[in-house]
Amino acid sequence: MKKNIRILIAKPGLDGHDRGAKVIARALRDAGFEVIYTGLRQTPEMIAEAALQEDVDVVGLSILSGAHMALVPKIREVMDSHELGDVPIILGGIIPDEDKPALEAMGVRGIFGPGTNTEVIVSKIHAMMGDASA
Amino acid sequence: MDDLVNALLNGSRRAVARLLTWVSDESPQASPILTALFPHTGKAWVIGITGAPGTGKSSLVNCLAKAYRAQNLLVGIIAVDPTSPFTGGAILGDRIRMRDLSGDSGVFIRSMATRGSLGGLARTTRDAIRVLDAAGFDIILVETVGAGQSEVDIVRTAHTTLVIEAPGLGDEVQAIKAGILEIADVLVVNKADRPGAHKTVSALRMMLDIGHPASRTQMTAHHGQLLEVKTPETPHSDEPIWIPPVLETIATDEKGVAELVSAIQKHREFIQSQGLSAPLERQRIEIELHERLREALIQQLLESTSPEYVMDVINQVQNRQLDPQSAVTKILANHKQMVS
Repeated sequence: MKKNIRILIAKPGLDGHDRGAKVIARALRDAGFEVIYTGLRQTPEMIAEAALQEDVDVVGLSILSGAHMALVPKIREVMDSHELGDVPIILGGIIPDEDKPALEAMGVRGIFGPGTNTEVIVSKIHAMMGDASA
Repeated sequence: MDDLVNALLNGSRRAVARLLTWVSDESPQASPILTALFPHTGKAWVIGITGAPGTGKSSLVNCLAKAYRAQNLLVGIIAVDPTSPFTGGAILGDRIRMRDLSGDSGVFIRSMATRGSLGGLARTTRDAIRVLDAAGFDIILVETVGAGQSEVDIVRTAHTTLVIEAPGLGDEVQAIKAGILEIADVLVVNKADRPGAHKTVSALRMMLDIGHPASRTQMTAHHGQLLEVKTPETPHSDEPIWIPPVLETIATDEKGVAELVSAIQKHREFIQSQGLSAPLERQRIEIELHERLREALIQQLLESTSPEYVMDVINQVQNRQLDPQSAVTKILANHKQMVS
């Protein structure tokens, strides 16, 4: 039986713009994923806890505030301390090019800027899951 | 495998999470573990929360979980949301209303998608409840999809079923229609600060006055009819009956929650003091075995029948050479021949 891919979509930090996260959640649903949508203003602890309880395959973060260089390492650290070191993070939002190498070094597996075609995100996730057939 | 079982029995949250995934995926790895866990189940009280979309089920679950945590009980939550029948995907958004519970290691929340099941729960929800039960959760709150008038799986699964209503969702005739209201052990009118709340409460009370299946043991059989219903015309006067209370709550302000918790407790005491626990459990087991048997038999039948044969029968039905019932008889006869 084919495993259903489960992905957590969370918005850490304090900005209140969740339209992007909702669009992505909807697109991932339409691509056949089970999307656990947790909404706005999630702390790193809340994200790690939800990722653990829901046993997700991927954590997707939407960060528009510019605080990604502070938030991502913190979230990665808390997730690792919850034995979630094997769960990849992908990132959506306004991320300057110069930050990308550092984020990738922290283990961020995909970075998607505004206007990214959702099909690109879907096929990236499938590739990460080693599911080339889809 | 033993490692995972031991980890789960010792309360490892990672083990609980992983096993819930295997259970939902109906992975072959899950069944020996469920077998090993089964003797450790049967301790939790399972509370079902159902009602139309937007009545506030998730917010009430949040309130109930906090109330049970204040009693130092461990709370497991299973929140079910619908799978899209077209894409197989789902958005599971019940956690949004449960953010108060984050950071509490005495609570475990798991979202489940229905994955094609139509009864308001996923087909694997029962096994998921068993996982949480074996892991030591005292109270298990099961929130169904936003249900309408026929999604009654929950009553075959939970010990106490709450039906959540909200003002302004329909006229009084909705309240006397058959279906979801009949499964309630406790009726809750949430958003009671909204206009029309009193009207909704009195419509529900009227529905209960008109006639409630007295001493009904609250179970719906696989064929969709209530089992062991004694009609109100022939009451056993010596037999105490449970009349569902109608409560008002405002989940966003946590109003009416203490009363709700105490109504659930009264229902639990009623079931236990009347010696109903064992017969109700027998009914649940019977229904579950029927469901599992039906699935296993269909599986077996389809495995022993070639797809070409089935295709051929479908063609014959489409050409009006065979009616559907005769087609079934034919497939069954073919199956008998194959296995003999």
